[in-house]
Amino acid sequence: MSTRIALRTAALGYLGVLVLVPLAMILYRTFEDGLVAFFQSVTTPAAISAISLSLTIVAIVVPLNVVFGLVTALALARGNFPGKGILQAVVDLPFAVSPVIVGVALILFWGNDGWLGGALPVIFSLPGMVLATVFVTLPFVVREVEPVLREIGTEQEEAASTLGASRWQTFWRITLPAIKVGVFYGVVLTVARSLGEFGALTVVAGGVAGESQTLTLLVHARYIDDHNTFGAYAASTVLMGLALVTLVLMALLERRREA
Amino acid sequence: MKITALVAALLALVVAACGGASDEVGGGSESNAAAASGGGSSKLSLVAYAVPKVGFDKVIPAFNATPEGKGVTFSQSYGASGDQSRKVESGLETDVVNFSVEPDITRLVESGQVEETWNQNEYKGVPFGSVVTIVTRKGNPENIKTWDDLLKPGIEVVTPNPFSSGSAKWNLLAPYAEKSGGGQNPEAGLAYLEKLIGEHVKVQPKSGREATETFLQGTGDVLLSYENEALFAERNGEDVEHTNPPVTFRIDNPVAVLKDSKNKEKAQAFVDFLYTKEGQTAWAEAGFRPVDPDVAQQFASDFPPPEKLWTIDDLGGWGKVNDELFEPETGSVAKIYDEATG
Amino acid sequence: MASLAVPKPPARTRRNLGGGVGPIGLGVASLWLSLIVLLPLAAVFTKSLEAGPAEFWDAITAPSARYALLLTTAISALVALINVVTGTLIAWVLVRDEFRGKSLVNAIIDLPFALPTIVASIVLLSLYGPRSPVGIHLYATKPAVIVALAFVTLPFVVRSVQPVLMEVDREAEQAAASLGASGWTTFRSIILPALYPALLGGAGLAFARAIGEFGSVVLIGGGIPRDTEVASQYIAKQIETDRPASAAAVSVTLLAISFVVLFAIRWFTKRKGVA
Repeated sequence: MSTRIALRTAALGYLGVLVLVPLAMILYRTFEDGLVAFFQSVTTPAAISAISLSLTIVAIVVPLNVVFGLVTALALARGNFPGKGILQAVVDLPFAVSPVIVGVALILFWGNDGWLGGALPVIFSLPGMVLATVFVTLPFVVREVEPVLREIGTEQEEAASTLGASRWQTFWRITLPAIKVGVFYGVVLTVARSLGEFGALTVVAGGVAGESQTLTLLVHARYIDDHNTFGAYAASTVLMGLALVTLVLMALLERRREA
Repeated sequence: MKITALVAALLALVVAACGGASDEVGGGSESNAAAASGGGSSKLSLVAYAVPKVGFDKVIPAFNATPEGKGVTFSQSYGASGDQSRKVESGLETDVVNFSVEPDITRLVESGQVEETWNQNEYKGVPFGSVVTIVTRKGNPENIKTWDDLLKPGIEVVTPNPFSSGSAKWNLLAPYAEKSGGGQNPEAGLAYLEKLIGEHVKVQPKSGREATETFLQGTGDVLLSYENEALFAERNGEDVEHTNPPVTFRIDNPVAVLKDSKNKEKAQAFVDFLYTKEGQTAWAEAGFRPVDPDVAQQFASDFPPPEKLWTIDDLGGWGKVNDELFEPETGSVAKIYDEATG
Repeated sequence: MASLAVPKPPARTRRNLGGGVGPIGLGVASLWLSLIVLLPLAAVFTKSLEAGPAEFWDAITAPSARYALLLTTAISALVALINVVTGTLIAWVLVRDEFRGKSLVNAIIDLPFALPTIVASIVLLSLYGPRSPVGIHLYATKPAVIVALAFVTLPFVVRSVQPVLMEVDREAEQAAASLGASGWTTFRSIILPALYPALLGGAGLAFARAIGEFGSVVLIGGGIPRDTEVASQYIAKQIETDRPASAAAVSVTLLAISFVVLFAIRWFTKRKGVA
């Protein structure tokens, strides 16, 4: 019994020191001057612009990842082709690549001195930020959907197609409903990761307040460039709120998946 | 299903955010980043080195109070001078640039983004400046007042990385000018820097502002910085104080308009405004040394002249100094830095 | 359903090529992955070797670069190890213990996944920085880097061990206990072997995550060369000071370390699994 209590105390103590107390601290710092101060801080034009830029990036990245993620997952789960192992590895690659290296890679590929010789204005503008975010979030939808596709098998789909359904109809009526939860889960992870991306963006984003500054860049800029610690805490709290929303959604989806 | 909930939550957040927007704009220092409220009026983008924000926060409202500046909004970016310049060179769109050192503008002249005539005005394209100063903990416990004091055993000096920061270049030039007698005896100057960089500089923040932040977080005994940055920290109530060494260096922070600015007229009007009495006064109030002699006279008590103030021209101008000292891999200071911190 | 005996349509072989999406879909997927992931990474490789292997070697053996790479590898390994211990502990408590608020604790484990890394940095700095209300000053020290990395890697081992722990044979445990084995002996001889692959896998993921981490370290680590500067900070600095070739060389090395470790772990778990 006493071992159990000791283990519990140790585990909770570790979590407390590492996660809970710091979080409580930042919430305290954010709200010690009251709700109004917090609200004003996160509604300055630059903050609003940062929030909307972050959401814009999410709004572009999510559909891209869903469409291409589904195609890739279908190919991986159902296809049998030479080089499949390589494709599998490439999908996992972004997990193992440091975000900073992602930024470096984009500069060396799309930038002025890069392979494409700066043919397209990508770096230091919105496309660069989107590309960086797509890179780091690429595995999520694929990895959530692929196992589900394997599990459900192809029998229903084949049945549908023998009954005369077109491939498209089969996809909409049979496949998609079956993998829906997996897709949602992948999307939630993508959204969370997109909102939180920082390392790659510091390299490829212009960071101009009101234009090319996302929420995470705003946190950093406020902390360092503006010497505005409170503003940084406030913006962090917004991001933290979004993270909590993500957690709740993940928990709900998990429950549904198990059901 | 769940994703609609997420979208709804996000939307709610944005709506909430927008709801409060009109009440209060002044709270955040990035208040003029007003992309949102732009409307039909013109908007200028400014890419600057790390520390002049406190100045622009005063200058921009003053500009907005003039007929030319009415309704002009600004989006601003601050960071390490060299890094900011490199970003503009590689495609970051902007209208006005303000760097710590001239070579960062020269880079854009060479890439064809800034007119070669950018510095052909009375003040050579430099609307404001500062001097290199020594910042210590409050009460100056180590009693550091001169460049020689920095070499006292055990003193740790915080100064940024000269390959990204303009502030770092000024910080190194100040003792270099003193020790080399204005460049007459480069060996003596370099010997000093070798000792300073090799034995006393441990951190390499990327910009002048990050250096301040590092120092305020408790690292080091001395921070080398702009006088205006020291004033900024003191006015913020930080536990630091600054001493201008008797011999120091004049910092010139140039401003230029981009050739392909979409709003060139307004951009030029803004740059011109920086040199007016109002503009100069705003800079002086924010802790920057004005270039207009009359305004400088007016603020003389705030900006005491050092016994000896070296300038970049004393050392032969930025072209020479950059080639000989800071050119990566070949410049003598660059070599010392690579040797010490590589 | 299975008895529907699907007649093999002529399209069948073609379908198999790209699965449900056909060869076009396969092509689209490959092209997408190439454009987003492979080509940019290839650009890093070519850039790193542009000036020849000697330059590459010089770039990664420059004192600060070498130090950053070694520090990052060592600290990541240490953090993986810390996670093995604390992760197992937390997973154990979550599976075997019952107390009020357990589900809340369970949810908190995922927080570091969902929380932006820069926020993690600020959060830790507010508590362990110089303005620390508890008087712990970690700013710009190696412990600060360790704490930051432990924070962001928290979920990996917990989440890989937890499901395995749930399925561990309780009867064998009880048998061992009834035969007089102490709690620790039971754990070591019955539970730990079962957890082995999950532990390795989780530690590998934690290591891979830690080795590339940037955001959580950037504010609290201080980035002091040859002291607390991690590899990703070094790479960012090289880009900021306009030395892309050096940035590319260190990037390639960091990627290589990460792959070697991940492959070694995969190979190891596979072998263990077979044995």
